Amino acid sequence: MKNRDALLELKNLRVHFNTPEGTVHAVNDISYTIYKGEAVAIVGESGCGKSVSMMSILGLIPIPPGEIVSGTAVYLGDDLLAMSEKQLEQIRGREIAMIFQDPMTSLNPVLTLGRQLTEALVRHYAMNAEQARERAVELIELVGIPDPGGRLGAYPHQFSGGMRQRVMIAMMLACNPNLLIADEPTTALDVTIQAQIVELVLAIRAKLHMSMIWITHDLGVVAGLADRVVVMYGGAIVEEAEVVSLYEQPQHPYTIALLAALPRVDQRRSSRLKSIEGAPPTLLTKPVGCPFAPRCEYVLARCRAERPPLLAVSPNHKAACWVDVNTGEPR
Amino acid sequence: MATIEPPVTLGPNVETLTAEPLSLGQMTWRRFRRHKLAIASAVMLFLMFIYCFGGAFIYSEADANYNDPRIRLQAPSAEHPFGTDTIGRDILIRTIYGGQISLLIGVTAVIVQVVIGILIGAISGYYGGLIDSLLMRFTEAILTIPTLFLLLVMAKFFGGQVPDMVLLGRTFSGSVVVIILIIGLTSWPRLARIVRAEFLSLKENDFVMAARATGAPNSQIIFRHILPNTIAPIVVTATLAVAGAIISEAYISFLGLGVQPPTATWGNMITNAANYIEDSPWLWFFPGMLILLTVLSINFVGDGLRDALDPRSRPE
Repeated sequence: MKNRDALLELKNLRVHFNTPEGTVHAVNDISYTIYKGEAVAIVGESGCGKSVSMMSILGLIPIPPGEIVSGTAVYLGDDLLAMSEKQLEQIRGREIAMIFQDPMTSLNPVLTLGRQLTEALVRHYAMNAEQARERAVELIELVGIPDPGGRLGAYPHQFSGGMRQRVMIAMMLACNPNLLIADEPTTALDVTIQAQIVELVLAIRAKLHMSMIWITHDLGVVAGLADRVVVMYGGAIVEEAEVVSLYEQPQHPYTIALLAALPRVDQRRSSRLKSIEGAPPTLLTKPVGCPFAPRCEYVLARCRAERPPLLAVSPNHKAACWVDVNTGEPR
Repeated sequence: MATIEPPVTLGPNVETLTAEPLSLGQMTWRRFRRHKLAIASAVMLFLMFIYCFGGAFIYSEADANYNDPRIRLQAPSAEHPFGTDTIGRDILIRTIYGGQISLLIGVTAVIVQVVIGILIGAISGYYGGLIDSLLMRFTEAILTIPTLFLLLVMAKFFGGQVPDMVLLGRTFSGSVVVIILIIGLTSWPRLARIVRAEFLSLKENDFVMAARATGAPNSQIIFRHILPNTIAPIVVTATLAVAGAIISEAYISFLGLGVQPPTATWGNMITNAANYIEDSPWLWFFPGMLILLTVLSINFVGDGLRDALDPRSRPE
């Protein structure tokens, strides 16, 4: 487990948005590593910085108002954050691809599927029209859409949401990326379709040996999908662990609360789901201390003053908390 | 009581009835077709093109410029159906050749206008910020100058600077090129603002982000992803602008600063009629009528296109 090759190494990433209401501290000093062939899930509630952290390393956040204050994102030895727009264009789609949340709006309504699928191929590999077409048919087949040849001339409005997400995935797989970032790809779909898409992505990942980052707020999806889980809260990483370890022995009060809020098959149905008291932080004020402190059951005086570092509690498990949740004692 | 209703039949081969999805063009045509006035106008325009360009096969340009002072100011007759003008040229033939120039100016001036308008509007709307501010202030500056003055000043300034040119075996007066350019150069601000507004809202779409995520450079996003989404308002505006360009040409020519004789246009044919409005009404009636019909038809077609292309009424 230790000597794997790192694919993407984020270090001390900080992203701000300068808005008229003040500076939004969207991502506060996060670091983590994605290894080759690994699937990592980033979990957290809306506005905790999970999407922004991913989009900022690909140069997809608008600057201004966005601002990458500090940090590096080393992809196979090169820092993505130091790259020019031209260099990033070579990375995007070809090396690192990203799937978005809403398939209904992520496809261009006036271009045929064929054009949207072949565009990246022609651009990145200088394929001619015939080669690109063949590859597009392959891709449509890969994502399980029947009659791939006949679909190339179709427009997005002729497809359902699930189909469109498949098309979106095909588009992003076009150039065989090393890393696929899926930004809540199943959130806008209904549950049965969600399961299909998750299965599809798993199958494709196994086939193409891609690494993957799956951004979600649904811990239920994560279990069957990821090798490792990064839990984010208030723009910071609060816990990072192997997936089994995280579910069995969560080490951060936020993760514990999140898991408690999940409905479970083995529980009596009459018991109410637990919710976390309070609201997530606004991120408009400069964060001091642990971002979860105001809502935390275990809170200490120290939590409000000093931000806990992300430390290893066991070999494959890191948590950022001043309290040992197993004993309730300060660490 | 126990009578069994015959099974409802839906017609033969119901199972095989499939509706092929309509392409954008087909849907547009279906809606356009409902607009009777627009269809009639489109037919009218088609006839107008036949009149102007087909007529050239019957009469030569030399006929259009042939003058015989002995037959000046003759009323319409069998020999000269539209009458003759002040120096004895046949008005029918001149409206044919004048129509070619007028339509040519209308269409090409709009091409100039569309190219400039799209470039400025797209760049302004897509990049925003300082570039947007600079381009839009420039656009507004042009908009604040009354178009007529701008046209006249430019016509006066550039007039006679472009030599005559030969194209497809015909000699075009340099003044035609001047008129095309100045109409094109003064009419783009409206279009630029429309395109900019479209880009401002379209660039926030997820599909733009998705295109960027596949590594598309800005130029491709602007021209291949966003621009095709703005085609509807551009087509409508451009169509209506053809009518505007024909009128602009007519009034600059009427004021004597436009296309110079002997090249005929519908506009400069009316110039000569100014002194004979009551005595020889055929001098202005025929070219005037042709301008009226053409402009009216183009406007109706434009309206029909707007109804047919309006994205808000497009069913998903």
